[in-house]
Amino acid sequence: MSERHKFWLVMGGVLALLVVASVIGAWLKQRTRSDGGRDVVANLVARINAWWVMVALLCACFLLGRAATLVFFALASFFALREFLTLTPTRPGDHLPMALCFYVALPLQYWLIGVEWYGLFAICIPVYGFLLLPAISALDGDVDGFLERNTKIQWGLMLTVYCVSYAPAVLLLHIPGYEGQSLLLMLYLLLVVQLSDVLQYVFGKLFGRRKLAPTVSPSKTVEGLVGGGLAATAVGTGLWWITPFSPMGAAAISAVIVLAGFLGGLALSAVKRSLGAKDWGTMIEGHGGMLDRLDSVSFAAPVFFHVVRYAYHG
Amino acid sequence: MITSQLLVGITRLLVGAHGRWIHSRPAPTQRIYFANHTSHLDTLALWAALPPALRARTRPVAARDYWGGGGIRGFIAEHGFRAVYIERGRTQDNPLAPLEAALGSGDSLILFPEGTRTPAPLPQAFKAGLYHLARRHPQVEPVAVYLDTLHRSMPKGSLLPVPLTCSVRFGRAVPVQADEPKESFLERARAAVVELA
Repeated sequence: MSERHKFWLVMGGVLALLVVASVIGAWLKQRTRSDGGRDVVANLVARINAWWVMVALLCACFLLGRAATLVFFALASFFALREFLTLTPTRPGDHLPMALCFYVALPLQYWLIGVEWYGLFAICIPVYGFLLLPAISALDGDVDGFLERNTKIQWGLMLTVYCVSYAPAVLLLHIPGYEGQSLLLMLYLLLVVQLSDVLQYVFGKLFGRRKLAPTVSPSKTVEGLVGGGLAATAVGTGLWWITPFSPMGAAAISAVIVLAGFLGGLALSAVKRSLGAKDWGTMIEGHGGMLDRLDSVSFAAPVFFHVVRYAYHG
Repeated sequence: MITSQLLVGITRLLVGAHGRWIHSRPAPTQRIYFANHTSHLDTLALWAALPPALRARTRPVAARDYWGGGGIRGFIAEHGFRAVYIERGRTQDNPLAPLEAALGSGDSLILFPEGTRTPAPLPQAFKAGLYHLARRHPQVEPVAVYLDTLHRSMPKGSLLPVPLTCSVRFGRAVPVQADEPKESFLERARAAVVELA
């Protein structure tokens, strides 16, 4: 089967799932009477609608190819970084470092993927960015909260640009016997990580009893994590035929994706709360901001990339 | 027209600038939107936050010494948001004349009554221009607006805006009351901005 066939077969499944979800959403909307229940259903319907848009964008990436995919993720990073730094208190002295993050580091990172310069892609922000940004900030002379301010900007840059860019960086992986199908591998990563989020949410809403980390994220439950995580791993295993992995390999890698994604959601929830916010923004109806959707991706993508590169790269 | 569309698009991309109508509704009434002034982005953000139909009839008041030159700034002010220029610092017969002409032809205005940028969350005391305009044009509704975050996007002295999301909050209308003294009106107007902070 060609890459194209596999892609549309998987997308067919995703679209069928979305149709079912939309029908259930419409049916719940008819049935629900209580005010609290209505809010939950309205949020659910908004989430499903946002999923239609996100899946459409993913299809567009696949049809338009590599350059469009990079532009798409660069924009996602841009909006995520904008959300992160908006919630971060900054002072006039942070202006130049922030401008460098947006106008130099971000385009450079995606350009390095585009020209397949793996060596610099992997160290540009963690080495050169890490050292240069505080030095430039120091030139301004404002030492008030210097360490805190620089830490926050660096964290935002690492998370929203460096980590998120690992998702399209999957296109850099050259796996023997799997040439020219790396877009499918990226789709696989995104599918498992997002499905894991959705299934954890669904299992949590249906069976959630024991809260996992009530102070960090009140909606996360043990039942949601176990049920949703196992279900997502099962789906990831079932999709082994679009990957270069064996069924066992796909099971192990899906489990890694699910775990990393969960930890990302948890850690970023804590960051968000320490900045005094409930959602990162209001960009995606029902989901909150861009970072509310990308939190698990930002943790899962780098881990997935390096595990696969170590185990399968030629 | 295309310039205006493009300008709104770039403003949205950089600073969001989505309007939140807290104590007033978007309406085709003739208005003076007055706001706190912290950065050069304020004019664009407030103008872009208006719904398209209102935006087309609303002209920002802009200092001629900053927006009135040639180059890209002049082009933006002239063809993008159709600025009403005001002279700063020079003594004239009536510096408000161009603003009154715009009001006379039925347009709404965007005005920053502090007269200059204040790099702080709360505005300084307002200058008298707003009072004179509101009194001489009682059919025009003065509406308070608060802009946040923009002083962090583009602090004084910086040339390049950093993308941070700003919200544009529309507050209550503050009409001049009969025989109200200048100081009392200006203080009420400022308070209407401050309550949105």
